Amino acid sequence: MKRQIPLVLVLIFGLFMVIQYFIPHESSEWIYEYLLDWITIIGVFALVLGIWSLFKVNYDKISQRKPDRGYSLVLLISLFATMFFGFFAKVDGSWGLHFSTADGLQSYMYRHAYEYIIRPIQSTIFSLLAFFIASAAYRAFRARNVLASLLLAAALIVMLRFNPYLGPLGDYISEAANWLLNVPNLAAKRAIVIGIGLGMVATALKVILGIERSYMGKG
Amino acid sequence: MKPLLITVSLLSLMTAASFAQSDPPVEQPMATDSTMVASTPSITPPAPVSSLEAKDSPDDHGHSITLSWEPSADDGAGAATVTSYVIYHSTSPEGPFDSVGSAISGATTFTHSSAKESDAAGFLADYVDRYYRIDAVTADQTIRTPSSVVGPVQSSGQWYNDGRTPVAVAVAFFGLLSLFFLKRAKAGADLYVRPLGGIEAVDEAIGRATEMGKPILYVLGLGTASDISTIASFTILGRVAKRVAEYQTHLIVPCYDPIVMAVAQETVKAAYMDAGRPDDYKEDMVYFLTNSQFGYVGAVNGIMLRQLPATNVYMGKFYAESLLLAETGALAGSIQISGTDEVAQIPFFVVACDYTLIGEELYAASAYLGREPLLLGSLKAQDYAKAAVIICALLGALALNIAAASNATWGLTFKEFFKVTN
Repeated sequence: MKRQIPLVLVLIFGLFMVIQYFIPHESSEWIYEYLLDWITIIGVFALVLGIWSLFKVNYDKISQRKPDRGYSLVLLISLFATMFFGFFAKVDGSWGLHFSTADGLQSYMYRHAYEYIIRPIQSTIFSLLAFFIASAAYRAFRARNVLASLLLAAALIVMLRFNPYLGPLGDYISEAANWLLNVPNLAAKRAIVIGIGLGMVATALKVILGIERSYMGKG
Repeated sequence: MKPLLITVSLLSLMTAASFAQSDPPVEQPMATDSTMVASTPSITPPAPVSSLEAKDSPDDHGHSITLSWEPSADDGAGAATVTSYVIYHSTSPEGPFDSVGSAISGATTFTHSSAKESDAAGFLADYVDRYYRIDAVTADQTIRTPSSVVGPVQSSGQWYNDGRTPVAVAVAFFGLLSLFFLKRAKAGADLYVRPLGGIEAVDEAIGRATEMGKPILYVLGLGTASDISTIASFTILGRVAKRVAEYQTHLIVPCYDPIVMAVAQETVKAAYMDAGRPDDYKEDMVYFLTNSQFGYVGAVNGIMLRQLPATNVYMGKFYAESLLLAETGALAGSIQISGTDEVAQIPFFVVACDYTLIGEELYAASAYLGREPLLLGSLKAQDYAKAAVIICALLGALALNIAAASNATWGLTFKEFFKVTN
């Protein structure tokens, strides 16, 4: 029974979602949006589970004096400090903890922690991508065999197309680059997308019919 | 004094002449509603739009009326004075009419719609008689010619979206194909599946981790539990966890989404039970990190550089973080196996990982790993569906070319059959 009920629910709601796609009527949309609200509600409860998991794993590392426990300590201090400033706010001239309002999210410390600590760190990590692309490109474009050499040639053409110092040669390179992007590249992309689409439908069908049960913790 | 007198006399004469040439100014009546029709004597009012039609917008949830018309004779032709059309609406043929929008010259359609919430601004209730009129307007906005009033017309929601019929046909075809092969698989038919290098490497990678005494890092990506790629990744995680349990290696699964974490915990726990080693399962194997994209990258990269996993497996939905993760893993010297259905991220994984499952191979992996007849059956159906897509694409290209060469319209009919609208 423990396994049957989820499977029946998946079958019912899965079929509903398939049929709903073809029914634009307001009532069909209303049920669809209602179900999406449930996902949000479940997500909020799951977040509590997530934070508990994060706390427990890091607390255990500290209490068991594992190596690298310093990182866990920093994480837990940051977690609780951010939570505290998220609730601590000045309302009607007096400071206090406000659990039932969003006033804390506008507090000076909370906003500054986000603006001047979290955002710059995130931007820094994202900007590392430029260097990683360079190192990955270096490895990928080494002409070790015919295919890698072709890749290198194609990459050079595509990279050179915006070079303003090539003069009349630039037009030919630009044309060649556009052909590479719009013909072989796009053809391969579309083939992958068609395969992905069919794979998605097949997997969805397997889930609805109860053949694929990995989401129930059974691989 | 004399020149001044001459100048004044000339100016007076010119003013008198200009009054004599132009028609006397017409005083405009005060508008009782927004349907004021003004005209100035120097510009002839433009011709009105013709063949105005108002219909309930098709294939929608209601609250929408679509208008279509033939442009004014002075729109781009004739006196070419029309610069825009103003659309008026009323619930009575007598008015008052309110402006509900405008369209630039040359336009021949307009959709009057609203949000479906009854408290939304300009809400259009369904099953209410509505009347429309369109004014052809000149550049100065004061010269306008109204069309005749059309109506009544009512908006309503539809119970079937005609524009999605090709999708319905394709889904039905694929569903039947899948059911056919599932039945064949159940009956014991031998279904061949081509080898997947990335999946075959999983066992080798786990063996390597066991020999090195280092953990295996499994990253489920940034998808949610409702993403198909994440569901496919759960299946692969189950197989990997089972093998890890058998080899008694350590597994690390840091999660981006709390629901994904809960499902991954159950998957790994079940895999350890299947392997006959439920006691080896530890709660700190699968844990939540953060649902901030680059915060997650920072944390996972930290794990890679501190714990130096022997193998990194990336399966699921990835965005900009794909290369940040895979390149760090490559620098840390780990064997890397990846798979994603995000087309833009596949090249990054290809260059930074040892094995990559491209697109649909991610979905095929679960069937390949499990070797269960039912899963293999669905894989076979996918192959046949792909063949059907290729045949349709070839036939379509051929048909359109032949039709274009012979100026026939049946080619377009063929194309329209496959067209999905709305």
